[in-house]
Amino acid sequence: MATGHDDHHHGPAKGITRWFYTTNHKDIGSMYLWFSFAMFLMGGVFALVIRAELFQPGLQFVDPNFFNQMTTMHGLVMVFGAVMPAFVGLANWMVPMMIGAPDMALPRMNNWSFWILPFAFTMLASTLFTDAGAPNFGWTFYAPLSTTYAPSSVTFFIFAIHIMGASSIMGSINIVATIQNLRAPGMTYMKMPLFVWTWLITAYLLIAVMPVLAGVVTMMLFDIHFGTSFFSAAGGGDPVLFQHVFWFFGHPEVYIMILPAFGVVSEIIPTFSRKKLFGYDSMVYATSSIAFLSFIVWAHHMFTTGMPLAGELFFMYATMLIAVPTGVKVFNWVTTMFKGSISFETPMLFAIAFVVLFTCGGFTGLMLAIAPADFQYHDTYFVVAHFHYVLVPGAIFSIMAAAYYWLPKWTGNMYDENLGKLHFWLSFVGINVLFFPQHFLGLAGMPRRIPDYALQFADFNMVSSIGAFIFGFSQLLFLFIVVKTVMGGKKATAEVWEGAEGLEWTVPSPAPYHTFSTPPAIK
Amino acid sequence: MADKPKQNTTSTGKLVAKLAVTVVGMFGFGFAMVPLYNVFCEITGLNGKTGGQVAYEATTADIDKERLVTVQFASMNNGAMGWEFRPVQNQIDVHPGELNEVRFYARNPSAVRMIGQAVPSIAPSIGADYLHKTECFCFTQQALEAGESIEMPVRFFVDKALPAGVHKLTLSYTLFDVTKNFAGTPQLTAK
Repeated sequence: MATGHDDHHHGPAKGITRWFYTTNHKDIGSMYLWFSFAMFLMGGVFALVIRAELFQPGLQFVDPNFFNQMTTMHGLVMVFGAVMPAFVGLANWMVPMMIGAPDMALPRMNNWSFWILPFAFTMLASTLFTDAGAPNFGWTFYAPLSTTYAPSSVTFFIFAIHIMGASSIMGSINIVATIQNLRAPGMTYMKMPLFVWTWLITAYLLIAVMPVLAGVVTMMLFDIHFGTSFFSAAGGGDPVLFQHVFWFFGHPEVYIMILPAFGVVSEIIPTFSRKKLFGYDSMVYATSSIAFLSFIVWAHHMFTTGMPLAGELFFMYATMLIAVPTGVKVFNWVTTMFKGSISFETPMLFAIAFVVLFTCGGFTGLMLAIAPADFQYHDTYFVVAHFHYVLVPGAIFSIMAAAYYWLPKWTGNMYDENLGKLHFWLSFVGINVLFFPQHFLGLAGMPRRIPDYALQFADFNMVSSIGAFIFGFSQLLFLFIVVKTVMGGKKATAEVWEGAEGLEWTVPSPAPYHTFSTPPAIK
Repeated sequence: MADKPKQNTTSTGKLVAKLAVTVVGMFGFGFAMVPLYNVFCEITGLNGKTGGQVAYEATTADIDKERLVTVQFASMNNGAMGWEFRPVQNQIDVHPGELNEVRFYARNPSAVRMIGQAVPSIAPSIGADYLHKTECFCFTQQALEAGESIEMPVRFFVDKALPAGVHKLTLSYTLFDVTKNFAGTPQLTAK
């Protein structure tokens, strides 16, 4: 967290109320980041319950209903509590500093969009302690499992989603307004750092699809409590409609979780390659293309629902098309590193691992995009392996890379490079031991979301669980490193990294409470 | 505050207003997907969704005696619906354009009054648009007293425009227990 400058004229307020009342983008960014880390640990504990149960065949620790609650809560907490708020936190900290703005455009709303989040997740997590138990219908909450057959806690879940959605929408409006209206003179769109670009596009995606999510949970609420039949076949509704509406939100949502990661990596790789990013313009266009395509591919999640052939083909080809702009990006990152003077500090290690492992996840995504093959893979551990490869070494690694990259700027202190590297290698090995065997499990036919499994899956599950515990516990090391850096350490220079470019490196480290009160001159 | 962002507040206000309208619009779009989806399914006949009640006279001039189409009937109970429910005939051969009547048998073996709702589906979905029902128990809810049984009629005809490649249609009904939803409704017995 930003250290206090009590002697400074416009320093932060004292005491706990500083955090309640703050409208400072750095304070709010820090709160978002700490909150998302707390959620990351909570979601991680849920994941470890899952992996502990799956360590051996048979039922060891939890009953199947609780297992389902764990898979559901793990997904919801990680998506809405860990990944999304972490990126919003990074945006809060970095976007104003990168475009030379004094703060976010709507500081008071910024405070509000953060402070409703803890309430949403308290409400969601409180269901674990009720008699009905937490939601147990999977994070995708397909109707009628989440309506007709849902535990009574589903209403808590619906309102929690509403609040998270409101938070995301307000956060996005704020980011769009900041980027479009508060750029320093001379900071044209095509001069903006890629992190700012990817966040601008992400914010538009959020504004477009979070209301659809709010709509679909509202329909569920009406079906459950007010006798409507949006998703109930008995009353003339259609359960498949739920899947269409949900994935119309859900597919752009996965890009919401990865586009800012693309931005982070596009900042870090040039710094440690000591070269300019290769193909800046094509990066911007590729990001925009991915955002557009994300709206017309949703039904690839639904190949097995009985779509007509024409639909299968359309969604198959549209999905494969996404590989083109994504390939452009991977090409640009690799080409940026090519013949660069590369050094391997912790952020760079995470960024390179991101490029390699995200590409693996992308390829399994292409395999799943093949409609005829998807009938075999659908709802197996292959899908689990695929989306964890894009989300964990994808989104999560990029967040960690960003944390290490900007931590000296935030705290004024260098993190411990040896510990950082140790954290990286533990995470890197852990993650691959955890998720790589799941590909084989899925191809061999192990279904997802089951607490018990056939004996032939035992060995790979055991390996996977060992990886889960390595990865899970090594995150405590991350916490230790961050706390240690906040407390002290080698003083960081303003530039921090010798190859770094961008406005955020022109201000001192730690960044003063107020930066760019007068707009900087842009070369 | 001295550090208040030096921004053009009117343009920020306008932008935020536009974005807020987009949010409201997309919320509405989520709901608009419900009718859009139904219209899409109706037009394309995907999903095996059948149309509503059709008048017979208006759509038929003569009967295609040259062609015979087999129509099969299937029934299924949803979830824990405990009624006996089956077609009286499993299949009939019909001429396109000809009006036919078949019956489905239903019995409520439980000790309480229950209300059922049948939802039809036609396979293959390409034929969904060409099987027209002039009367169907699926248009209303069926209430049966404890132990009561009923034979429920379906009148339908196959459209002469049925694509030549289709020789067999399956009309299936899934019966749902809607007692809870319509508990307060006094009289819903089939006409």
